[in-house]
Amino acid sequence: MLGLNRKDFQLLLLVIVLTALAPFFLNPFPVESSLAQFNAGYPDLMQRFVIFGIFAIGFNILFGLTGYLSFGHAAFLGAGSYAAIWMMKLLTMNIIPAVTLSIIVAGVFSLAVGFISLRRSGIYFSILTLAFAQMSYSLAYSVLTPITGGETGLQPKISDPRIFDGPLAAGASPRASLFGLEMNSTYEMAVGGWLFTFNVGYYIAAILMVISFYVAIRIFRSPFGLMLRAVKSNQNRLGYTGVSSRPYTLAAFVISGMYAGLAGGLLVAMDSQAGAERMFWTASGEVVLMTILGGAGTLIGPVLGAGLIKYLENIVSKINETVLTAWFDWMPSVLQDILVAVVYPFVGKGWHLTLGLMFMLVVIFLPGGLMEGLARIGALFSRKPKSSDDNVDGAAKPSPAE
Amino acid sequence: MSIAEDMANEPDRGFERGTPNSVLHIDDVHKSFAGLHALSDVDLDVREGETHAIIGPNGAGKSTLLNVCVGRLKPDRGAVVFDGHVLTGKAPHEINQLGVARVFQTPEVFPDLTILENIMLPALSKRDGQFKLNPFKLFSKETAIRDEAEQVAESVGLQSQLTAHASSMSRGDKRRLELAMGLIQHPRLLLLDEPTAGMARHDTNATIDLLKKIKEGGMTKVIIEHDMHVVFSLADRISVLAGGRIIAQGTPEEIKDDPKVKEAYLGEEQV
Repeated sequence: MLGLNRKDFQLLLLVIVLTALAPFFLNPFPVESSLAQFNAGYPDLMQRFVIFGIFAIGFNILFGLTGYLSFGHAAFLGAGSYAAIWMMKLLTMNIIPAVTLSIIVAGVFSLAVGFISLRRSGIYFSILTLAFAQMSYSLAYSVLTPITGGETGLQPKISDPRIFDGPLAAGASPRASLFGLEMNSTYEMAVGGWLFTFNVGYYIAAILMVISFYVAIRIFRSPFGLMLRAVKSNQNRLGYTGVSSRPYTLAAFVISGMYAGLAGGLLVAMDSQAGAERMFWTASGEVVLMTILGGAGTLIGPVLGAGLIKYLENIVSKINETVLTAWFDWMPSVLQDILVAVVYPFVGKGWHLTLGLMFMLVVIFLPGGLMEGLARIGALFSRKPKSSDDNVDGAAKPSPAE
Repeated sequence: MSIAEDMANEPDRGFERGTPNSVLHIDDVHKSFAGLHALSDVDLDVREGETHAIIGPNGAGKSTLLNVCVGRLKPDRGAVVFDGHVLTGKAPHEINQLGVARVFQTPEVFPDLTILENIMLPALSKRDGQFKLNPFKLFSKETAIRDEAEQVAESVGLQSQLTAHASSMSRGDKRRLELAMGLIQHPRLLLLDEPTAGMARHDTNATIDLLKKIKEGGMTKVIIEHDMHVVFSLADRISVLAGGRIIAQGTPEEIKDDPKVKEAYLGEEQV
């Protein structure tokens, strides 16, 4: 089906079903319950899940397949964002030109950066990409202020030309849309104590993520993908086999840069703003964490990693001292104070500590990421011995299941 | 041209520059590492269709010579010419695309790929050139190349475990995989660096038979080998390398009787 084997097609179907039904299962707790703060089914967060999913899927094509670790991919995401916001300011609030140009600009930018950075491999390649990204960040923050808005960033203004759009109604503000369908329009459905939110922007981003995911599967399963995996496995030998690895790594770099650009364009489509902080090196590091946490080189791992990190960032960071005190209210007050004091550093503003610990545990005990964890759990429950052809055309790295 | 005619034409020194049917011409190659002369004044012609063995004691410069041929090392002086193309200064993948394949002494396979993928990869690169952007083509639809890879795998005795990862193979099996990766390209020139080292006698004989069989297909081969049984079973001509110089060249019979060779090499080997 669609050129995929049965297993890949099932995986694609699973991703389609999960993204389509996300508003339901991300909101498992009734609105009034004390656990409602763990609900992740609100538009802003769901959009981030799929957009950063796209970012991680693309990053995985470079890092997961070829092993080249870029520490500068946020620069392409940022470039995509700026391209998109300018389309919105100059042409139209329709997201199609914005997203299209964001992919093109990020592609051209990554071609230039990749061409230079890929002259080196290993740690030197990583440092070169990091240097480029930090240069881009600094430029966007300072000298390029006329184009990037510097510190304040860019937003569509009422006074912008928007030559394809008619004049705004009095008092209305420009809103991103797809042929009149506004990104932030939502439909809410109340069932019993539960409230489910269906958001136009989320579904548009989700459709693009499914397409991105499908494209990634096809790349994984192509002769081109085989060459990329061979680069990671033994780049030196590849030359003696008649393959020039530079163009392959450059192609992978540009493809992943275009994915990053798409993600950046979609961020703008959702929140109509762009700023230099999207290019900061921590943003580049985040996508590395997502990919490794989920399982580099697996198909769906990076998406899971992106979801997990965005969930922690948005949910765990909301837990403050008051919430903690309420949780442990039923305990004797001494015990309550101790527990609050112990847990407090790991939540709220300290959510990075939780993330760091989780990352350490995964890297030490599950080098293949969450996907390796799932595969091990799967192996516990299936009695049949692991057949060796699990990996025939599977991922390059340890985890057999995807 | 038959081997008998070949021998009749053989001049005393055993080689001359740029013989008309020469496919690989190594011209006055020098290579030194930190003052140590690994190769000096090496001249060598390999003729179309022949199996040319290069023998010599350890450290004689045999592997260095192959490394110069495939672009891994750049000679300090001299040139390597293959079929009218100067190989010196070309990148390894360009040399391979001209039709020169190398079977490595220490197996250099792709450990994270399956055995079948390892064998198919050189065939893909031969068909598609050094780079092809085909991200939407399906690898699983490459049936012609897969069928051929399965045949080659069978010919080297690897047919039973094609879906296993190459990292799980024994050293001996990796050597066979190396051989399969070279053979599937049908190169015009195959450079074999001790293809049977570390193999059991039974496997060595199987490899000899295989190499004899492909010789009938007209593939030119240069083979570096320590095992004199292999050398004398396969070689049409032999060059003896000692101390970075070619000290003798000729048919197996001539080499066996050459006093210089006995002194430098065969004496200690007890043929």
